[in-house]
Amino acid sequence: MIESPTIAPPQAAVPRGRALRQGLAANPLLTVGAAIVLLIVVVAIFAPLIAPFPGDAGTATNPFEVLKAPSAAHWFGTDQVGRDIFSRVLFGARVSPVIAIIVLVIACLVGVPLGVAAGFLGGWVDELIMRVTDVFLAFPPLLLALALAAVLPASLTSVTIAIAAVWWPWYVRLIRGQAASVAGRPYVEACRALGISRLRIIFRHILPNSITPVLVQVSLDVGGVILTASALSFLGLGAQDPVPDWGLMVSEGQRYFTPDWWLVTFPGLVILMTAFAFNLLGDGLRDLLDPKRSFLL
Amino acid sequence: MLVFVARRIALAIVVVVGVIVVTFVVAHVVPGDPAATWAGPHASAAAIARARTFLGLDRPLAVQLISYLGGIASGNWGTSIHTHLSVLSDLMTAAPASLELVITALALAIVVGIPIGLVSARRPGHAIDHLVRAGSILGISMPIFWMALILQLVFSQHLKLLPAAGEYSPGLLFTHPLVKRTGFPVIDSLLGGNLPMLGSTLTHLILPAIVVAAYPAGLIARMVRAQVLDVIGDTHILNARALGFGERQILARFAMKLAWTPVAAAIALVFGYSLVNTFLVESIFDWPGLGSYAAASISTLDTPAILGVTLFVAVAYVVANLVVDVVQAVIDPRIRLR
Amino acid sequence: MTGSTGRLNISGLEISFGSRQVVSIEDLRLDHAEILGLAGESGSGKSMTTLAILGLAHTVGATVSGSIALDGQELTGLPQETLRAFRGRRIAAIFQSPSTAFNPVYRVGTVVTKALRLHGATRSEASDRAGEAMRQVLLSPDLMRRYPSQLSGGQLQRVAIALAVALRAEILLADEPTSALDVTVQAEVLDLLRDLRESIGMSILFISHDLAVVAELCDRVAVMRHGLILEQGPASQVLSAPASPYTAELLDSVPKLASAT
Repeated sequence: MIESPTIAPPQAAVPRGRALRQGLAANPLLTVGAAIVLLIVVVAIFAPLIAPFPGDAGTATNPFEVLKAPSAAHWFGTDQVGRDIFSRVLFGARVSPVIAIIVLVIACLVGVPLGVAAGFLGGWVDELIMRVTDVFLAFPPLLLALALAAVLPASLTSVTIAIAAVWWPWYVRLIRGQAASVAGRPYVEACRALGISRLRIIFRHILPNSITPVLVQVSLDVGGVILTASALSFLGLGAQDPVPDWGLMVSEGQRYFTPDWWLVTFPGLVILMTAFAFNLLGDGLRDLLDPKRSFLL
Repeated sequence: MLVFVARRIALAIVVVVGVIVVTFVVAHVVPGDPAATWAGPHASAAAIARARTFLGLDRPLAVQLISYLGGIASGNWGTSIHTHLSVLSDLMTAAPASLELVITALALAIVVGIPIGLVSARRPGHAIDHLVRAGSILGISMPIFWMALILQLVFSQHLKLLPAAGEYSPGLLFTHPLVKRTGFPVIDSLLGGNLPMLGSTLTHLILPAIVVAAYPAGLIARMVRAQVLDVIGDTHILNARALGFGERQILARFAMKLAWTPVAAAIALVFGYSLVNTFLVESIFDWPGLGSYAAASISTLDTPAILGVTLFVAVAYVVANLVVDVVQAVIDPRIRLR
Repeated sequence: MTGSTGRLNISGLEISFGSRQVVSIEDLRLDHAEILGLAGESGSGKSMTTLAILGLAHTVGATVSGSIALDGQELTGLPQETLRAFRGRRIAAIFQSPSTAFNPVYRVGTVVTKALRLHGATRSEASDRAGEAMRQVLLSPDLMRRYPSQLSGGQLQRVAIALAVALRAEILLADEPTSALDVTVQAEVLDLLRDLRESIGMSILFISHDLAVVAELCDRVAVMRHGLILEQGPASQVLSAPASPYTAELLDSVPKLASAT
């Protein structure tokens, strides 16, 4: 969010085929990121099949296996009610990334129309939208999400709503800049002069040419949303037991941390790895799609 | 220049008012009854009603908002329901601890982030570049609360190198009492010539500061690298080379000066971000800052306190951005000559 | 024609990007107090030659072999630290787009004084010499306090020349210095270059695709194409009786309003 991509000219097309392969080859970080993300997606989809103890992701408890250290049977050990941490971590892949997707979809659905309106229509519409956006942007992301999540009943839905409420302003600002820049171009003026309806101009010209930075920003933001969501869950404002949310697992494991380090270490490590992978991916996409910086590969 | 600053201040004020309104609305969506909390767990219905009137909660929402706005301007930020003290004084007690941590962390991040960003930009595509890039992305991907726990485990418990929690060793309070002047333990021990206490506060700062510095350091390194590489092909850089300047000076002076504008903006943003990040680690490091206060306020549904913390952080954020805007205008003529 | 008398002697110079050779100059000579025009289209390798002379070809990934000698001293193969003493101080360069040749966040005077101090001047010396150089290029020293965005293209180019004058460079590599300027401003800059040749005996390598300007300004001319020097000689000779058909083509394409040379 803090680093937005530079405004790309309309010619910034997604490279296909050979150009794409060359881009991937030249950027090892992107390839690594993409590979891990793919792994996470696969795990999320096939979790019930891969996990050795799928029931542990739900309400199953196992009093005989409480707080066992990592072993061949339980790769990540077991938690305070005997659940296999490895299985829970695998199922957790269905939680965080899904929240991230929902949040970002909402952020785009709200932010993009507002941003296009502000950038294209200009004038008082622009001022109004941007002042409201500025107010929301004045809150550090976690803060408002925290305040909101604190007043809503603790659940994944609340966390999703809270983060979405905080995230949309960034997209307004991002798209507004792009839209304003495109709207100022001579060919758009020409369209207006020809009497083409504004709605048509928006859908055929403004949107397609402003969308690339948004795509890049979304890929860059997934990591950030995942971190924010896990932080809120860590504070107890999000998922509740027995949902296998990674942040929640770290929080629950805190109490046992001193001798039983595995409860905290593995879920947190996975959060790190997931955010890392999505950030690598987003970074690589930005390098690939932003023509001005393609030489940075 | 003056016009520029005046405009920025006016804008900042508008935004702060907006922040107050939004925070107020959010805080009043709270389910639960602050009056009941104030009156205490065994209060009678009459006592709760009295509490409600006392707290002004029986007035219409709009009236409450206006009186709150007026109060803010005159220094009355309400009374905390769980401490029964003025919210402002609660904040003044808690804020220095958080600010001390954030400022130290940011300083650390700048001192580490800028040089490694420059090193990375010097040889793009080489091993050191990939290493720095991976490292900085790691920094911005780090779950802060987890990093805090792990570092605590490794450095305090296992290696016994650094203290686990608190701002200083409580035992020292008996032998070398700390005189509170500014509220910042490090500054206060310095001012009082209290060297053992100074040492203790510094060692206690290390772990939390490193944790909070991870994100900013990664971010700054990335921004520096990107900005420097952006200008490295420009004619004025070629000109500098043609005049005989060495690569190191070209990167660290000429390219970096151009990079300061966006990097400074990023630092302002990250200031607010880090201030809230400290909330996550305060419970882990037993750090008596805004985060602990916020957590207590949330669990007791202490609306004025929640409002106060949110407002405080948001205002600090707006002020930081304002300061950076002005600094940017001083460094970069293109901004003020626009 | 092997110039052992020239101030700057280039012989057997080859510039390559990996296996692809882009410039191959067998022999090129720049004498004391002369303006040598290097004419050719864009892409002919003129700018690469400038970079090579400054020892900066590696910054764009090119390798250089051959000989570049300044007053008899061989420059190729010298380590970068040594070459830095030459840059600006003995061989100066000005570039095509004056508005981008200056760092936008520095006042132009700061660049001049910094460069002077880099090459050994004290603070007061630097400030004096900078002011003096500004006057020599017919600019008020007050302009040194301005930022590049506050000066016109012509003024900026003159500041660039002032840099070379202040540093007392013997050789000036001018890479398309007037191409981005208006014709009237162009004439002023050309006058200035001529003046430098007369007053301080500066040798100027004037690179341009514009044959009309080359004809007007230069004593000798070398024509470059695809990295090769097709012909070189006195301007009057090359431009009136070109030996190579390419030169003839170039001459033909110049619009003739009045007789040039």
